[in-house]
Amino acid sequence: MASKPRIAFFDFAGCEGDQLQVANLEERLLDLLEHVEVVNFREVMTERSDDYDIAFVEGSITTPADIDRIKGIRKRAKILVALGACATIGGVNCMKNFMDESVYRTHVYGPMARAYETIPARPVSAVVPVDAEIHGCPIDKEEFLRVTKELLLGRTPWLPDYPVCMECKAAGNICRYELGRPCLGIITRAGCGAVCVTEGAHCWGCRGLAPHANLDAAKYVMIDRGGFSRRQVQDLLRFYNGYTSAPL
Amino acid sequence: MSDLEQTAGTPGPKKINVHHLTRVEGHGNIVAEIGTDGQVEACRWEVPEAPRFFEAMLLGKHFSDVHQITSRICGICSIGHQLASLQATEDAMGIRPSIQTVALRKLALHAENLQSHLLHVAYLVLPDLFGVGSVIPLASTHKNELKTLISLHRMANEFSRVVCGRTTHPQRLVPGGFAKLPTVKDLETLRRDLKDSLSGLQTAVDVLASVAGAIPAFTRPTEYVGLVSPAEYALLHGHISTSLDQTRPAGHYRDVTNEYMVRQSTAKWTKNKMGSLMVGALARFNLNHAYLTPRAKAAAKALGLSAPCHNPYMISVAQLVECVHSVEDSLALVDGLVARGIKAEARMDIRPRAGKGVGTVEVPRGLLIHAYEYDDQGRIVDADCVIPTNQNHGNIQKDMDALIPDLRDLTEAEIELRLSMLVRAYDPCISCSTHFIDIRGGGGRGSMVRFVHPN
Ligand code: SF4
Ligand code: SF4
Repeated sequence: MASKPRIAFFDFAGCEGDQLQVANLEERLLDLLEHVEVVNFREVMTERSDDYDIAFVEGSITTPADIDRIKGIRKRAKILVALGACATIGGVNCMKNFMDESVYRTHVYGPMARAYETIPARPVSAVVPVDAEIHGCPIDKEEFLRVTKELLLGRTPWLPDYPVCMECKAAGNICRYELGRPCLGIITRAGCGAVCVTEGAHCWGCRGLAPHANLDAAKYVMIDRGGFSRRQVQDLLRFYNGYTSAPL
Repeated sequence: MSDLEQTAGTPGPKKINVHHLTRVEGHGNIVAEIGTDGQVEACRWEVPEAPRFFEAMLLGKHFSDVHQITSRICGICSIGHQLASLQATEDAMGIRPSIQTVALRKLALHAENLQSHLLHVAYLVLPDLFGVGSVIPLASTHKNELKTLISLHRMANEFSRVVCGRTTHPQRLVPGGFAKLPTVKDLETLRRDLKDSLSGLQTAVDVLASVAGAIPAFTRPTEYVGLVSPAEYALLHGHISTSLDQTRPAGHYRDVTNEYMVRQSTAKWTKNKMGSLMVGALARFNLNHAYLTPRAKAAAKALGLSAPCHNPYMISVAQLVECVHSVEDSLALVDGLVARGIKAEARMDIRPRAGKGVGTVEVPRGLLIHAYEYDDQGRIVDADCVIPTNQNHGNIQKDMDALIPDLRDLTEAEIELRLSMLVRAYDPCISCSTHFIDIRGGGGRGSMVRFVHPN
């Protein structure tokens, strides 16, 4: 039998919450370990190796050094998987992209403004090709298992192409708009079961735009029909989805 | 950059460079410089984490989103960041949460402390004490013990889920209260799980006690900083106290933290009466041990931890003692909530007002402070956040300096392990530590950062 596929985890700018979700698989992580060999997982192990088949990458690319590092990882990995909102869509890190770089650098580091390098935050796919994406902030650990299994079986992982609203209705939630509150479920890719709405909040858009999402129609719903200010809508769209060429 | 070269096989000068230390959250490097006589001459703790500029990103944000944004600073202490953030916002808006909300928030904080401490002690520190590189080999050598630790950690996660709705980046906590409440039935199940976990925790204490001999004996008295309260082992509320200085209200946090910048780190350092200070489980234990629950006191005794303890390697021991405390105190809180019954509380209608507010919470790694200034629209004009790991960076460096004589005549591998264990003991959460950097560093005001807001 061929040796076990070797998998590795890497992190860029992010909160490491997605790797935590993997650690939170608890016993099932041990089950997974019967089918794969983890060769690089800095957060939980000291051994490391540069010989791997699947690389899971968390976090956004935010420094020139990150660009070199992700290119190296891409070269060595057969399959590169972006893990979580920061890696798949740029995520919250992109909020800084709407600020003037030279100004915030100076105001963050004062006299040492030039000591540290930073570039506008971007998702991994903006720098190197990505083979699969596991969405969410944080990722859903069940989805991580499912996608990993599919990759191990040589399949292309399936992703929902409909919006969160579908799952939200299936969950029996009262629509936030009925309650006079905004929500991005109308344009966000499903797959989370509308967990944030179910838990009392609204959808913030962490799984990125659903394919063919109509931003103009969404803005019409939120601003003209929902009565929310342009700034409220902009805040919501820029929470996770700031890395886009669409005018947000 | 040092121009010392690594020359294999010959005695120094050379460098041991632990690039991106493993089994910690975020990126940190340890550098040890070895002289021609083969002895360590200097050690350095470096933080090269990519800055994320959260404080700057908060500018202009609406108070209803702020705790969700700050949650993303750290996946491990996302609840703690939310709690500190909510406190700061509520302080600024003049809101007092209900008794029920306070009890539930205390539970949320206990859940997170348990989650994080158990992850740290079981998965990140124990491998060092057993002399292995990760928790994975323990699956074959210590199967039952590992299973117990895993089930404890799972219980802690479930605990967070029951109270907050999600283990990471929860959605139920909002300014003024909870957007969704656990039911009495949820709490009764939780009570059963908490009770059951006490025997598992005893196993964890026994396992740690069995390898406690591998914890290096090293002491360096320092200044211990944390919240204190006349009523309890302070975690969610309290005044800021230190072992060497007066106790101050939260609003005076700057008098204690005194942040400053150093070249070797993108994160800021702090100091007060001494050259550095310590926050976290050991600091809390030193300041508040009298308020621990009976079982927690017994665990401390079994593990050989007594106050004041000046050995930073004992931080992990203090964390396990806190786990026992958290479970016992949570049981009392759950009993109180069940006895009163969970009441649906109307979502608080918060009318924003201009003002400043400070939130202080003891999170797994120590004292966390969020301070905001809002305009009359409820949008942030200024944000300052002081992160526990930042406060500890200077102390880690000073410990390393003091450790140098102990490193004499050790092999390179042993030196590397001793230094790595020291840093790991602090449980640094580096990815968060650098996110918050004082935006007023240049003497200017944060509000000068330009926004592209059409409205
Ligand atoms: S609450 Fe949000 S996700 Fe649910 S149906 Fe309404 S818009 Fe869609
Ligand atoms: S409801 Fe929206 S923000 Fe929440 S997990 Fe789902 S996609 Fe992400």
